[in-house]
Amino acid sequence: DGAARTLLSIGRLSRGPPFGRAHGRFGLSPSGRLLLPAPRSQENADPQRTAFLLRKQWTLYSVSPLYKFSNARLRDYARLLSAFIAAEKQKGLAVEVGVELDIKVAVSSLPDLKGSDQDQAAILVQLSSRSPASPKNSEEKLVWSGWFCCVSGDELSENVPEDFTCLPLFLANGAESYTSIVGSWFQKTFDCSFCRLAISPLNLSWMAAMWTGCKVDKTASAMELVFSVPCLPQPLDISYAIHPEDAKALWDTVQKTPGEITQEEVDVFMDCLYSHFHRHFKIHLSATKLVKVSTPIASAHCDGIIKFLQSQYLTGVLMLLTELAISQIQ
Amino acid sequence: HLATSLPLPSEMDHLRPRIDLIAFMIDIKSKYSLKNVEASLAHVDASFFLGKVCFLVTGVGRVNYCSVEMNAIWKLGEVYCSPVLFCELELEGIRVATAQRLLRMLQICAGHIPGVSALSFGSLMRNSADE
Repeated sequence: DGAARTLLSIGRLSRGPPFGRAHGRFGLSPSGRLLLPAPRSQENADPQRTAFLLRKQWTLYSVSPLYKFSNARLRDYARLLSAFIAAEKQKGLAVEVGVELDIKVAVSSLPDLKGSDQDQAAILVQLSSRSPASPKNSEEKLVWSGWFCCVSGDELSENVPEDFTCLPLFLANGAESYTSIVGSWFQKTFDCSFCRLAISPLNLSWMAAMWTGCKVDKTASAMELVFSVPCLPQPLDISYAIHPEDAKALWDTVQKTPGEITQEEVDVFMDCLYSHFHRHFKIHLSATKLVKVSTPIASAHCDGIIKFLQSQYLTGVLMLLTELAISQIQ
Repeated sequence: HLATSLPLPSEMDHLRPRIDLIAFMIDIKSKYSLKNVEASLAHVDASFFLGKVCFLVTGVGRVNYCSVEMNAIWKLGEVYCSPVLFCELELEGIRVATAQRLLRMLQICAGHIPGVSALSFGSLMRNSADE
């Protein structure tokens, strides 16, 4: 099994740079150009509607295309999922020990979260609880949210037969037990499969470079890179914080063509940061594993955890994540 | 003989046997290892690149730990006209198979296999990789 996985990895590795396939250019030059996603003009979109997605920690999954999913049946799905959750609880798979909670399911559509018109509108699933002991009109508490989305996923949706809906990216916030119940219901109902989406250090460094290039206001927080040092008896993490203006100034000297990023530019940017660190601390960060990137735009962890911090760049970040999800599915 | 970088210390020159094959190991989880290999390549005599050099990429079992961009490695293989081999050291089966491959290559490079020279074998490997 390990051998098979290795061969699979070699195949994936030889397919070229991480971000660049979304534009369908398989015959890419080795340097791999990518157009920076411009913040989608949101005249119709109300940033308030997607504000609840910000500043929350989302765990990422890739999802294979859903069979016979219909946007018109969202209320039915909510009802069926609710019944499934109740049944699971009956079976004794209690999600909260001791407290008997009444779980209410809401499934809705988020039409603003898409890249191109071919993209399927995002679908949001929310689980709220209301303790049966309290009065009927008492507040419901949101215990879990998860949403499926597809931003500029043309590469996948173009190659998929009828009856299949492409929503390759799934983000979950809340207890893992709820995630697995909701996940199993979707897998059973739509014949799809969920898989945790990890982010490699290579992809994280792309994110660091891309997000540093985005315009942010003066009060922006520092850019932070966290590295994990391998092969030590006790785990050691190194945190490298850079003033956002310094980082942007560095990136501006590296990036040649506005709106485009190449692998070389990302390498030069990261190498500058590494050599600066080496000059001061005599540590080669390039021999460690980059595990987390935090910028004013968003923060990403290699275990596949993301936090969105700016609504104007939400679709841009989703586009990158969609691409990662698609490459994991294929 | 194992070394962390080149050039080899000159004090041992007179004791060192002839070098038939150089395998440069690049850990895909460490960008530093790629930089180290690139720097060491400059110290290798040009005659070695006629089939007596290969690149061994390790750590390929986990794509999600990848810190090195594959294109850079392919380019290295192309520029130095040497084959690129992949392996995962953590898996015994693959480790053993890779060791056997390297041993075979070494036998050819040392001239122990009649009829096959290091140069002809090297170009054979390169042509099959291109397909």
